[in-house]
Amino acid sequence: MAELSSNFLYAAFILYLIATFLFGGSIKDKRGAEEKKQNKWAKLGIMITILGFASQIGYFNTRWIAAGHAPVSNLFEFTTFFGMMLVGAFILIYFLYKLPALGLFALPIALLIIAYASMFPTEISPLIPALQSDWLHIHVTTAAAGQSILAISFIAAIIYLVKSVDQSQSSKRTFWLEIIMYTLVSTIGFVIITSTFAAMDYKANFDWVDKHDELAKQEFNLPALVGPHEGELTDTERFEPLVNMPAIINAKKLNTVIWSMGIGLVLYGLIRLISRKRVAALIKPIVKNVNLNLLDEISYRSVLIGFPIFTLGALIFAMIWAQVAWTRFWGWDPKEVWALVTWLFYAAFLHLRMSKGWQGEKSAWLAVIGFAIMIFNLIFVNLVIAGLHSYA
Amino acid sequence: MDKKKRRLVSRTIILLLLGAALVFALYTNFTKEKNESLRKGSDAPNFVLTDMEGKEHMLSDYKGKGVFLNFWGTYCKPCEYEMPYMESQYKNYKDQGVEILAVNVGESDYAVNNFIAKHNLTFPVMIDNGSKVENAYRVDILPVTFLIDKKGEVVDIITGALTEESIQKHMERIKP
Amino acid sequence: MNEVKCDCGHVNPFGTKICSKCGMVLGNEKENKLIDMRYEGSARRSQTYKKTIIDKIWNFFSSVKVGVTLIVIALVASAIGTILPQEMYIPSTATPAEHYELEYGWFGKVYYELGFHNLYSSWWYLIIIGMLGISLLIASIDRFFPLYRSLKKQGVTRHDGFMKRQRIYGVTKLDEQDIDLEDVKKRLKKQRYHIREESGNILAEKGRFSRWGPYVNHIGLIIFLIGALLRSVPGMYIDKVLWLREGETKEIPGTNGEYYLQNNGFTLEVYDKENKEDEQYSAAIDKTGTIAKTYQSDVTLYEAQRETIPGEKVDLNKLKDFKIKVNEPLKHDHYALYQVDYKLDELSTMAFNLINKKTEENYGSLKVDLNNPQKKYELNKGYSVDLISYFPDFEFDEKGQPRTISKIPNNPAFIFKMYTPDKPDGEVSFVAIKETVEPLGENTYKMAFNGVETKDVTALTVRKDLTLWILFTGGIIFMVGVVQGSYWNHRRIWIKRKNEEILISGHTNKNWHGIKRDIKHAIESTSLCEPSDQLEEEKSSTKGEVLNG
Repeated sequence: MAELSSNFLYAAFILYLIATFLFGGSIKDKRGAEEKKQNKWAKLGIMITILGFASQIGYFNTRWIAAGHAPVSNLFEFTTFFGMMLVGAFILIYFLYKLPALGLFALPIALLIIAYASMFPTEISPLIPALQSDWLHIHVTTAAAGQSILAISFIAAIIYLVKSVDQSQSSKRTFWLEIIMYTLVSTIGFVIITSTFAAMDYKANFDWVDKHDELAKQEFNLPALVGPHEGELTDTERFEPLVNMPAIINAKKLNTVIWSMGIGLVLYGLIRLISRKRVAALIKPIVKNVNLNLLDEISYRSVLIGFPIFTLGALIFAMIWAQVAWTRFWGWDPKEVWALVTWLFYAAFLHLRMSKGWQGEKSAWLAVIGFAIMIFNLIFVNLVIAGLHSYA
Repeated sequence: MDKKKRRLVSRTIILLLLGAALVFALYTNFTKEKNESLRKGSDAPNFVLTDMEGKEHMLSDYKGKGVFLNFWGTYCKPCEYEMPYMESQYKNYKDQGVEILAVNVGESDYAVNNFIAKHNLTFPVMIDNGSKVENAYRVDILPVTFLIDKKGEVVDIITGALTEESIQKHMERIKP
Repeated sequence: MNEVKCDCGHVNPFGTKICSKCGMVLGNEKENKLIDMRYEGSARRSQTYKKTIIDKIWNFFSSVKVGVTLIVIALVASAIGTILPQEMYIPSTATPAEHYELEYGWFGKVYYELGFHNLYSSWWYLIIIGMLGISLLIASIDRFFPLYRSLKKQGVTRHDGFMKRQRIYGVTKLDEQDIDLEDVKKRLKKQRYHIREESGNILAEKGRFSRWGPYVNHIGLIIFLIGALLRSVPGMYIDKVLWLREGETKEIPGTNGEYYLQNNGFTLEVYDKENKEDEQYSAAIDKTGTIAKTYQSDVTLYEAQRETIPGEKVDLNKLKDFKIKVNEPLKHDHYALYQVDYKLDELSTMAFNLINKKTEENYGSLKVDLNNPQKKYELNKGYSVDLISYFPDFEFDEKGQPRTISKIPNNPAFIFKMYTPDKPDGEVSFVAIKETVEPLGENTYKMAFNGVETKDVTALTVRKDLTLWILFTGGIIFMVGVVQGSYWNHRRIWIKRKNEEILISGHTNKNWHGIKRDIKHAIESTSLCEPSDQLEEEKSSTKGEVLNG
């Protein structure tokens, strides 16, 4: 059953990839660029996307059966699920607005998220007592649904920015847009480097001294550019770290970050060298026929649709469950706080838009920041700030 | 004009209410720790415990007298430190209407009897099995002494070890 | 203050931007191509008076700019609180002042010095949240009433300037033949528009109630905040911990002696890959090691038969048996008992044999109840043991004297005096775990260790929170309001006959896509021109310039 489940996931991955190219084709075809006039490419694209979504639901259900609980209990499972909901949200918004360009950006980002997820341990893990509740799937699925719809607003915003930011001269706006592009490229870098060394089964073990002055062991799965505090490499023929970190810094995680950013920089540099253009300028022609007003509206609509769902899942259901499992509905756990931060941010977004008239580009930048906060909560809070939620 | 005045009044009322709520929130937040314990000036919760000699003591029977109510444990150093002073002051104030009740926090008879013998204690010592009296007095840190006056009101709550001098001062405060 | 009289005769309050009756643009709004329809151009109350200090404070809280600034400050402050763990999450044994510096270096020290280790209960954080609450209420009061009034009073026939300056606007010239609007009306009705007519002009409106959404959700939030505030009122909230050994019955703290709980047994179960039903987890178990499956306390809840004073003997009535697990608290009469912690294998009894050190002959056994030891233990005839001293949680103090640091038998030690026929004065032996000391010289006899019995201890949190239903009500009202405001939208379509022309304009607070579709559908079968999106035209013309230039 577990094997069947991962096959479904592979199939979904491939289908999303194909659909991306189909949406690419639909953009090239002039007729598809305008709203509502779907061409054959786009129709095929959305069909393949739905097929992929169905396949991923197959993955979800079979894994649920295999595990005996909803597969949303560790980072791999949750992040994959988030990718799936993102595709689901895209399908929903696509049927509202029929904009193929959205698929051309939403699907690669979903692919990136799923690829990123599979870098984490994928074995089926049992539920600790605190997680044994129906609220697990109620809370997690609703929260993820809300987040994924909010993520669509980010995708529409990215397209908006790619189109609207003037690339003829360099400015703050082009700079930040390139930062976004670089971040996406670095995620690819992370996936490439992690899976390459995992395929080689690279292991470098260290003895090191932790912050309590005690001897500890740590296994690196990437060549250690930076080593742990007073680290001694115990394996032979492994890369010696260039520098050792102080004890309060987690060298393994920092090493992974350095690798990802480095590979990202190489990839990004290559793109710039070959094309002699900013990445955003490079992809700008793809979106030249897209209507900015429509994108702005999609971005805003997604926030409007996603915000209530997010509130329900990530705050209200979360509080109800916390009251049952942890005796109090709110405990200022980092994950809780960041859900609140996300919520406050989108509340500010809505107020700025409704009362201050922040539309168009301003609103697009805000949507980007909102997504950055959610990703921060998903990744950074789980991996770096330890709290009650760091089960993975 | 009239309308304007009405509006000013309603705004003032709303702002005052909101301000009061904010002040209340701040106030309760900073007195939170104090609220956990018994308040000075409140009625001392009544209790009944049997001392090591088998005699029953009910707090309400001591109305008209001052009560020096001490919570302690054999394992608590500062508790042990103040015991001899309590004993000597007990001798002075017993006839002046101040009673000492020393409540042990649920240790074994064995431990408490040994302790009494070691320090030659003559005031009533009782064991609070099941922490009921401890709960009622919201005891947190040992030793803690509740000074109860003749009306049965808690005059003061003192945590930490007491010197002979301070015990004497406190006895004076609750002397009827 | 001066009131503003419109050409149509309607008197508007000072500060009004658009006449609430006919829609004529008042004041300097006239120059803009499109009008700002926020709050219907009605005068926000706060802007009308700027006199007394009260009005100034009121205006401050009424401003959206202030509101958003407060939201952003709260957001940043909340985020800062997650950089390092809050005080409640550091080990309870640690002293915060030292802990932060020790664990996180100079940064930890600064963090602690600034009070960020207790950020969420700091006075300034509370003030920010409080001000946010005040702003919520005042901003809502200030906007709701004028908006309500102007939507209620809105006229059907709108000023040409108003129509022209709507984002969606179109003109159809009537050549000779008239256009029958009955069909348009029917179609609009079918789309669930509410139709009002006035001398041939039409106002079609739907979803006005979605405009109240923001105010409803603000009310929900205010109720939520009130609930949070009430928690500190005495009696509303109880948070206690009850440690209970197996077999023990204790009063439930916080219930004033009303309820008692007995622990019938505590179970800790872990996932076992040998077990058929846990097979699928074997990979994870291999990787992580032990993974807990269940923490469970089997308890019996009792009620005191009558009201008692603390310490008094009390008879109990059994209420129910229950298995408390994580996620399955025992609930009774506003109280809830949660499984939160445990301690396995606390020592409960210790058994010894009195033996001769050389011959190892046994002269009898004794068992010490570690929570209630005896003074004297009689063994075989002529043999007995006195317990001179007992230290449940033993250590040596700085002077090298044995002492106990708590009443819990974590590390028991004993001083025994052994009386035997050949040593009638007794021999003294100090016995602790894994060590025996004979302080008064070499003994003939010794207390040989003969096993222990242990008990598990469970820790339960006792909770009463009477504010929960208020918070829940607030949450529901918030959700209703936010859904009402987000999933519906307020659409209006004006159709006006003017000489030989028919003007159509439309406005919606969001989802322009939707209103365009509605209009298109309504005029489908007529010869009316489809109104255009003026914002779009504007954009495409500027876009053209960029492309050409």
